[in-house]
Amino acid sequence: MGSNSINWFKFASPASFFPLAGHLARWFAVLAVPLAASGLWLGLVVAPTDAQQGDAYRIIFIHVPAAWMSMFIYLVMAAWCAASLTLNARLSAMMAQALAPTGALFTVIALWTGALWGRPAWGTYWAWDARMTSELILLFLYLGYMALRHAIDEPRRADRASAVLALVGAVNVPIIYFSVKWWNTLHQGATVSLTAAPKMASIMLTAMLLMTFAAWFYAIAVAMVRVRAIILERERRTSWAGALAGAAR
Amino acid sequence: MSEAAAQPPIERGGWPGVAWALRRDLRLALRSKAELGVQLLFYVVVVSLFPLGVGADPTLLRALGPGVLWVAALLASLLSLPRLFAADFADGTLEQIALSPYPLPALISGKILAHWLTTGVPLAALSPLLALQFGLDGSELVALAAGLALGTPTLSLLGAIGAALTLGLRAGGALLALLILPLYVPILIFGAGAVEASRVGLAAGGELSVLGAALLVAAIGAPLASAAAVRIALD
Amino acid sequence: MSLTEFFAMGGYGFYVWGSYAMTVVLVAIEITAVRTRFRAARMAAQLGENAG
Repeated sequence: MGSNSINWFKFASPASFFPLAGHLARWFAVLAVPLAASGLWLGLVVAPTDAQQGDAYRIIFIHVPAAWMSMFIYLVMAAWCAASLTLNARLSAMMAQALAPTGALFTVIALWTGALWGRPAWGTYWAWDARMTSELILLFLYLGYMALRHAIDEPRRADRASAVLALVGAVNVPIIYFSVKWWNTLHQGATVSLTAAPKMASIMLTAMLLMTFAAWFYAIAVAMVRVRAIILERERRTSWAGALAGAAR
Repeated sequence: MSEAAAQPPIERGGWPGVAWALRRDLRLALRSKAELGVQLLFYVVVVSLFPLGVGADPTLLRALGPGVLWVAALLASLLSLPRLFAADFADGTLEQIALSPYPLPALISGKILAHWLTTGVPLAALSPLLALQFGLDGSELVALAAGLALGTPTLSLLGAIGAALTLGLRAGGALLALLILPLYVPILIFGAGAVEASRVGLAAGGELSVLGAALLVAAIGAPLASAAAVRIALD
Repeated sequence: MSLTEFFAMGGYGFYVWGSYAMTVVLVAIEITAVRTRFRAARMAAQLGENAG
């Protein structure tokens, strides 16, 4: 590699990634704010009231981005887990560890907002539809990952065991989703399309995209701060940890 | 130390490994027949609790029957899973097993097979009898037993992954349940679905085929994942 | 749209604001928790270096 190119592998060590993570956290946090503000402005104020659902539909601007992020973060987490197993890299495992609580949070937001949307739109807080039921199971997968990590004291065993669990979960997520979908059509009939959002005016779509990016950048920022904490926690007996901690803002 | 004298370690084949572990675990399990009996009794008790909880209305019980019988089977499976590795882990035998010339996934397959023969098979055999309590009959009973026969091996296979991941941990049993039950959901859905299909007069072939396919995939993937998890726990 | 109308959300205010309020609360909790965790880790790491 020439001296002009960046040696990306340098960032594979927790010590060198630590300052980078700090910069990323700051930038993504800063960017998330105007995205969220404009998304909320468009969604809550500018977008027209829906003919069928009234203003209740405005919940989708937080519900859908949260649901998307909950699934996306699980995939990213599983990818980091795969990297940690194949490359035997500590930092990859730390990234997965840092993402899990945020992913679980988005799952909770999706479930809560979904319930509050369900009541005015379809008469019931919880209708056991395929997407919400799968979302609930996804929450269990996140919590299982976190519980397993927490139960194992030795960090490397915790890394590897939870990585295996996350990958087994990732493989199963589509299987679980399709079997729940099958189950749902069997028991409820497809009469009520519980996933139908109002026909998307372009303003609504823009608002949803803005909120999705806001959620995404927020997740990155929080994960970066959390991974910095994890690096310091796990590496605190090394000599460089103290120096980095001293220099950290 | 001359290099010419160094021999590659003897490696034994997969199928003999399965047979070896199967024979050993069956022998050990049959020594404590009382434990096996207790697990079966747990199944019976749990199934009997539901009518006590929801009332004896025959229509309601018929509707609930498939789900109750399947959920109880899941729970009974969970209860017996720690037995798969815990005893061997505690006395150090598991380490020896991992070091043996047989491939670890093969040995684990043998253990899982022994587990299924002593847990799943009795469950599947007993279930039609218990299903009578819920007013199921005829083709429903066949669909139930067939579904459990196809599904319980998968429960053992998936459960082995969880048992290996939680080896030696404090909150083992409850944690195992949290980890494994989401993975059990598809088996539950198609197993109970098979009974309900035969109730309305449809052939349960579709659901049973899905259970069969799940079994094939799990039979290949689960021993590999469990072996990885066992090695992680032993390191 | 007046401010009162905005808060009423066509009668669905409870559901809409219940959703967004919970989101704000959960996000605030997460941000606080992660920052507290970082500060505690930073302190422990600095002390760790001094101790040995």
